[in-house]
Amino acid sequence: MSTPLLELDDVTMHFRIKGDGLFSRGTNKVRAVDGVSLTLQPGETLGLVGESGCGKSTTARLITRLLEPTSGKINFDGTDIAHLSERQLRPFRRQIQLIFQDPYSSLNPRHTVGTIVGTALRTHDMVPKSGELKRVQELLEMVGLNPEHYNRYPHEFSGGQRQRIGIARALAARPKVIVADEPVSALDVSIQAQVMNLLENLRSELGIAFVFIAHDLGVVRHFCDRVAVMYLGRVVEEGPRDALYEQPHHPYTQALLSAVPDIGVVRGVPPRERIRLVGDVPSPVNPPSGCRFRTRCWKVQDICATAEPELAIPALVRPPAVPESPATAVTPDAVSASVPEPAAAMSGQLTACHFAAPPVAPVVAQPA
Amino acid sequence: MTPYLEITDLQVEFPTQDGTVRAVQGLSYALPLGRTLAIVGESGSGKSVSSMAVMGLHDPRSTRITGSIKVGGKEIVGMSERNLMAFRGADASMIFQDPQSSLHPYFTIGDQIMESYRAHHRVSRKTAKARAIEMLDRVGIPNPGRRVDQYPHEFSGGMRQRAMIAMALVNDPKLLIADEPTTALDVTVQAQILDLIADLQRDFGSAVVFITHDLGVVAEIADDVLVMYAGNAVEHGPVKQILGTPLHPYTWGLLESIPAVSGTPGPLHPIPGSPPSLLAVPNGCAFHPRCEFRDRVADGLCGEKLPDLVARTADPDRLSRCHLTGPDRIFETDILPRLP
Amino acid sequence: MLLYILRRLASAISVVIVTLVASFALFFLAPTDPAGVICGNRCTAERLEAINESLDLDQPALTQIGLYMKGIVVGRDYVTAGGVVTECSAPCLGYSYTLGQPVTKMLAQALPVTMSIVFGGAIVYFFVGVITGTLAAKHRGSPLDKITVGGSLLINSVPYFVVALLVALYATVLPTSAYHPFLDNPVLWASGLLAAWLTLGLTNAASYTRYSRASMIETLGQDYIRTARSKGISERRIVYRHGVRAALTPVITILGLDIAFQLTNALFTESIFGLPGIGLLTLRAFAQYDLPVLMGGVLLGSVVLVLMNLVVDVVYTFLDPRVRLG
Repeated sequence: MSTPLLELDDVTMHFRIKGDGLFSRGTNKVRAVDGVSLTLQPGETLGLVGESGCGKSTTARLITRLLEPTSGKINFDGTDIAHLSERQLRPFRRQIQLIFQDPYSSLNPRHTVGTIVGTALRTHDMVPKSGELKRVQELLEMVGLNPEHYNRYPHEFSGGQRQRIGIARALAARPKVIVADEPVSALDVSIQAQVMNLLENLRSELGIAFVFIAHDLGVVRHFCDRVAVMYLGRVVEEGPRDALYEQPHHPYTQALLSAVPDIGVVRGVPPRERIRLVGDVPSPVNPPSGCRFRTRCWKVQDICATAEPELAIPALVRPPAVPESPATAVTPDAVSASVPEPAAAMSGQLTACHFAAPPVAPVVAQPA
Repeated sequence: MTPYLEITDLQVEFPTQDGTVRAVQGLSYALPLGRTLAIVGESGSGKSVSSMAVMGLHDPRSTRITGSIKVGGKEIVGMSERNLMAFRGADASMIFQDPQSSLHPYFTIGDQIMESYRAHHRVSRKTAKARAIEMLDRVGIPNPGRRVDQYPHEFSGGMRQRAMIAMALVNDPKLLIADEPTTALDVTVQAQILDLIADLQRDFGSAVVFITHDLGVVAEIADDVLVMYAGNAVEHGPVKQILGTPLHPYTWGLLESIPAVSGTPGPLHPIPGSPPSLLAVPNGCAFHPRCEFRDRVADGLCGEKLPDLVARTADPDRLSRCHLTGPDRIFETDILPRLP
Repeated sequence: MLLYILRRLASAISVVIVTLVASFALFFLAPTDPAGVICGNRCTAERLEAINESLDLDQPALTQIGLYMKGIVVGRDYVTAGGVVTECSAPCLGYSYTLGQPVTKMLAQALPVTMSIVFGGAIVYFFVGVITGTLAAKHRGSPLDKITVGGSLLINSVPYFVVALLVALYATVLPTSAYHPFLDNPVLWASGLLAAWLTLGLTNAASYTRYSRASMIETLGQDYIRTARSKGISERRIVYRHGVRAALTPVITILGLDIAFQLTNALFTESIFGLPGIGLLTLRAFAQYDLPVLMGGVLLGSVVLVLMNLVVDVVYTFLDPRVRLG
């Protein structure tokens, strides 16, 4: 297995809830991302899915270093960029680009498309001044826009075209990784498919690796090689696309997939197992002890409240003995010690559940 | 079956400085009690505008509405504000996309439900409150006696939408219009709300108009589907046929654009181009500039004549607004082999 | 809530102390000669020294500030060269150089005047502004709306003192301006302030019309107003119950800050109508280098500003249930 291009190692991002005034004492923290480890190979596409508040967008901002993590490592091409200064970050900024959800607000309305894309070229000294226009037109053509439209303003374009401008801007820097945060969810269905196909083509032609964040499970399935499911700031399951969608082992992944309205039903496809979760996602300020999903899980047992399950290959997972103190179960040492070797982790599907089992298994699996 | 909601040749136009926005043009459909009609379309298709017209919610100062909307025999177009007040919330009610912004932030959930009830019933606050609690309980809000006095910001997104539904159903309306009610919600919560709406409809026997852009949601909740494009209905019929063997190229294009969660992922076939401006809708069939099949129709008819919305197969329930007929419609079978 | 108010008060006191020290430094350590002012033209060097000593002006600056603060908290004694002790009980802000009266007493006399003018005026402009603004928003685009918007712009473009002068000159039907304490005779009190209220009310009502109109138009475009309409409640109820409640919140914030500002800047109104309020008092003190009075005015101003901010925040929690203090 080649060395990963990007590696997140036990990354956390805690936001302090601010109090007001001189004499306030705000000590609460939003644990937006709480111990996430991910890897991305060159040219690979990793999907991040989960519901609102799961930390997927915060993860995107950490990878692009728009945020500095509270702790953990973000290795990019062998360098830990987690705590680099703005100055030290400059060479890396070029290589990691971000595409935003909202094509309306992420483009400066007073700049022409040529200026928007050209600025990206100039910022990273990509081409000599004389070649700038030519390169801008090349980029516009690459994303399916008329290269002669470089002197138009964003408002003269439709939503789908504006998203293409955003993509051209990201491509200007010749990045190795593009982090796409809900890139198609603001678009209409027919336009969404156009942009998806464009991203697909760019990936295969330019070999850019993607971290693709979306709440639409169909979109992620279509685009990604590997998928990580997040819940309340943690990755609960991760694996190759087909394995994860067909054999989800984590109860949350099963519920999530089961909740997606499926068009196949009216065409005679037998309906999937219906799992309806009760209640809502708990607050990330005060996440449940042990397994964070336990408050909504139908497999819940006593151990779930005391021991946090590790992200591991399900077959290897045995419910750990109840630790003497809950704290010992969640120390980074304890986790890393029991994580399987990287090779195994890369090929397989990892699940963070004491009772991980494929969906056909009895609803409540007994601990072995 | 006599329809409870009957729309005939509805036009909704907004005169603006740049010209007239023709949001809905000649829409007709009918819906009996006990059935759910999903109206599908992209932004600007007229799905929301036409439903707002059913509720009489357009500002008459800035909107031109012609045609007929009959709800339970009452004509809504041109109805006096006084009669509309008695109609809204009692005969028909509506739930909206974003429960966060659709509830008044300064009034308790109970206040808002009670206000709706007391607008149509002469009862004391106490009776109205008991009714509000009963409705909250009915839509699955735990601890309704306590929740009734809370403010919307103390509710989660899913709970807020449940409260909206409670408010909409408090007067037992026969028609419920749900405008993208689950779009702002997470999938697991969306599933709960869809179950709830289906469940309530069985109990109340009302007619439901469900506006959405999500064909998966349509598959789960609808009996019938109306597909709209650029202010007009292009296809109408039972959900199974529309999603399984569509007759209109636009419906087919939409189905080809969605990446599915199940089955084998195939390439997406997006519809080229983008929807037209409602200030200048193309002549003939509004979809023809984007249609891959227009060459199958002779003499450039698609660009000249707007097809009627009529039955084009042996099945009288299936209406389509497309010149294509018979064996030319081969796209209808293209979809089937790739089904999971 | 109580805890929050206490915390805010603590933070308010620190703001006031900073203001106090800064203005003390500016006024008392400036190259002025207060003793000379008190002493007058025929002044001997000894008398000047005696005055300096009795007012502690010969002390180092830090000591002076300390004495001043001590005076506010526990009171302070002034000892003249002849050994005569004048007791100045807390809160002591010193004595006016020119009038010889305790500053605290002068402020206490002037404050009700200013408060009467400002709060009376505020009631006028707030209600007039909100009602016309709401009506204009409700009938947006109608002739009524256009006249309201045009009229309020016109009034706003005329400088405030011009309006005040016009009222003072032409509105002769109004009772003569004078201040009578409310408790002595409420009718006289009101009639004496009427002209000032109208002036303050008229000019500010124009701004409040525009604030309320803008806020109301924004509110009426909200989703929850559409929801209210879909419930079948009357348009009147939609506007006055659902709309006004939400639209007023930002307007009230502006009102609180405006009142605070006017309490410390009622100068024009007071001088044009000859009402002996804080503005007039500090203006005179300024002209006569009456530093203790100026200092007292500044201190009072900062206390008012800080308190009004707190009041606005607390009122906000009653208006908007989403805002919780603490």
